[in-house]
Amino acid sequence: MPPDSDGPLLRMRGVGKAFFGVRVLDDVDLDLHSGQVHALVGENGAGKSTLMKIASGVYQPDAGTLELAGQPVTLPDPRAAQAAGIGIIHQEFNLLPERTVAENVFLGREPMRRGLVDRRAMHARTAELLAGIGEDAITPQARVGRLSVAQQQVVEIVKALALDARVLIMDEPTASLAEHEVELLYQLVRRLQQRGIGILYVSHRLTEVFDLSGRITVLKDGRRVTTLDTAEATADTLVRHMVGRELSHYYPERAAPGSAGAARLTLSAAGNGRLHPVDLELRAGEVLGVGGLQGSGRSALARAVFGIDGFRTGRVLLDGEPVRVRSPRQAVRAGIAYVTEDRKGEGLALSQSVLDNALLAQRAVRPRWFGRAARTTTVRELLDAVEVHAAGTEQEIRYLSGGNQQKVVLARWLAMTPRVLLFDEPTRGIDVGAKAAIHDLIRRLAADGAAVLMISSELPELIGMSDRIVVMRDGAIAGELPAGASEEAVMGLATGAATSTEVPA
Amino acid sequence: MSTDVASPTGSAPAVPAGLGGGGRGGWGAGSIRPVLIILVLLLIAVGIRQPDFYDPPVLLAFLKRAAPLIILAAGQYFVIVAGDFDLSVGSLVTAEVVIAARLIDGDPAATWPVVALLLAFGLLVGLVNGVVTTLLQVPSFITTLGMYLVLVGAVYTWTGGSPRGALSEEFRMLGRRGVDGVPVLGQLPYAVLVLAGVAVLAVLAMRADFGKVLLAVGDNPRAARLTGVRTARVRTIAFLVSGACAAVAAILLGGFGGVSFQVGAGLEFTAITAVVLGGVVLGGGRGSVAGAMLGALTLQTLLTLLNLLGVSGALSSAVQGLIILAAVAVGTLRRRT
Repeated sequence: MPPDSDGPLLRMRGVGKAFFGVRVLDDVDLDLHSGQVHALVGENGAGKSTLMKIASGVYQPDAGTLELAGQPVTLPDPRAAQAAGIGIIHQEFNLLPERTVAENVFLGREPMRRGLVDRRAMHARTAELLAGIGEDAITPQARVGRLSVAQQQVVEIVKALALDARVLIMDEPTASLAEHEVELLYQLVRRLQQRGIGILYVSHRLTEVFDLSGRITVLKDGRRVTTLDTAEATADTLVRHMVGRELSHYYPERAAPGSAGAARLTLSAAGNGRLHPVDLELRAGEVLGVGGLQGSGRSALARAVFGIDGFRTGRVLLDGEPVRVRSPRQAVRAGIAYVTEDRKGEGLALSQSVLDNALLAQRAVRPRWFGRAARTTTVRELLDAVEVHAAGTEQEIRYLSGGNQQKVVLARWLAMTPRVLLFDEPTRGIDVGAKAAIHDLIRRLAADGAAVLMISSELPELIGMSDRIVVMRDGAIAGELPAGASEEAVMGLATGAATSTEVPA
Repeated sequence: MSTDVASPTGSAPAVPAGLGGGGRGGWGAGSIRPVLIILVLLLIAVGIRQPDFYDPPVLLAFLKRAAPLIILAAGQYFVIVAGDFDLSVGSLVTAEVVIAARLIDGDPAATWPVVALLLAFGLLVGLVNGVVTTLLQVPSFITTLGMYLVLVGAVYTWTGGSPRGALSEEFRMLGRRGVDGVPVLGQLPYAVLVLAGVAVLAVLAMRADFGKVLLAVGDNPRAARLTGVRTARVRTIAFLVSGACAAVAAILLGGFGGVSFQVGAGLEFTAITAVVLGGVVLGGGRGSVAGAMLGALTLQTLLTLLNLLGVSGALSSAVQGLIILAAVAVGTLRRRT
């Protein structure tokens, strides 16, 4: 079907979506034209992925309409979206590494001849598609597992094209690519564009957005802030649209300037496969905020300090003493605590009781037979002190709210009296009341002499809580900001719109 | 504990009715209440069919027969609750009995050194199972299946196809005899004493820090590791316990019956059935060792009842299969709610 030359290829009007009463997308309009690269930008949680999932049939919108080439469509499932000509390239590829390129492209709809798969036709058609996008390095017979990440991405794109995709949604397509591969992706995107395909390009990285897109839609807190031509936009205006918002929550008072104590954790040129050498000093009594986009190396930093994917190079000092942390156990024994981002997957034993979860670190690291009653009493007191609301300490922790679960994790670490605490998204998925309580606890811990490193994607939290902020980008520290820095300054460093020299540190 | 935490009301989010509790009491997955009820019903049925069943000597003889399976179930529990399987215990029992017969060869003086050796061999097999599973990251299902085959093959090769030698009377005494002249009970079998010892140790181990850590490893190994648990070591210890329990069960079984390649045949599945029947969840993290042992007792009672009812032995295997399917299906349903 030739695209309607007047109207947009994909038109979304008033699209909204709520989960469990929380509105994550509200009244969003978007027009994607044939041959256009339309960038979708916004902070984590702005609603980009929800919008993408609606356009690709994964979610059903609660409100609003979708039109494809002027015809209203509903997309009850991803297959319907594929049939309608909407393809999506996820960050994580859906490829079978043990199969060939052609087998992947035609998976589940192999051309048949006399009851058998017609390999010749399958290979010929795949070769045609590959040639059509100017890709000559990949053969249809190649095993996908042997291809580079960039080539696998090409296979994903060919898979979508084989289904006659007219609209292609690309989710952070450069996230998994090496630098030299990005240019190849650019060329590919431009060739797809020439073929009249409309591309919805979702990315945090403003450089790419400016390099590739013709139009930009900015989302914030589930709403469309603005849509503008790329030619009219600047990095500054985009960042301002992405973040500008009121502080709606009060944070505990920061440490007095200059009150931070001695260095508790010092990293000098510490790096590993995911981190360029990092220099960082974390002092007693301070909350050091770590900002940056997802995948910028924030969590990799915390994980390296905690010995999960440890540092390979450089030095780590704990209270001035050189330490080598090769496992989480060694970290715990050294007085480091890590509150993980994925509470259910990495923090809790969900079928065990509140008390058992709170006691786990002590039982693991300091097992004992005598004095257990006293230890249990202490932990019960801690659970009280952090105000865990539960039907009792014997209740299975799975039935607690996210905020209460997080408080139990906190009590677990408090019982170890850690010197250094690493928090990764400490209030993700937690209601407002519990959030404030956790913020207070973090601040009290610092005031009691612990050194706190807090990773957060939520800019108000990052800025409201931190005595200093370091911002990471591409596995390195992009710059440091003082307490109370603006959201624009953080986003500027995080997206690469500003370099550290442009921002007063 | 303050009233705030203790109280189910207050500002706490309401706990869905019927979901609370879980683990220990209640009806949820991991609870021992269902198996207790089944056991009581079966015991009543056996009592009706065989009125003298509750005479102390008869009851003790029944417990004596049940002891090896209960001990195996206790060992299997440690492995299962940590999220693994031990399929090697059946062939380990066979290997132990065959080794004992050949090494003792009727010599009473060799009895106690060989008993020590059997325990050491059980621990060694457990260690290999544990190390291969945790350090080489082979799924325990495969590791212990491999160990099962290795042991079967090794025993055949070593004995040249038929068991040789003989057990000493001292050795057989452990499974057959008991302390005589106990008031009311008459003879108190050694097997029952050994069982009591194993049960006490198992329950104490699960109440200790080790037991709680083991449950956490079975529940969420990643979280356990990130909290400072040496997960590989904890899981390996569970295999050691299972190996040692198999050795103890083998020593008792050697006393009951003769020396043959059939001694331990199928016991791994009987033990797993018993553990599952006791409310322990395959995959780990839920269930008690008391439940696992009660499950074994229940299974033994069921087999006794089937025997009394004249049901053939072949069918009892089918009954075991049905139990394992039903228990796992029910457990999954309960967890989903």
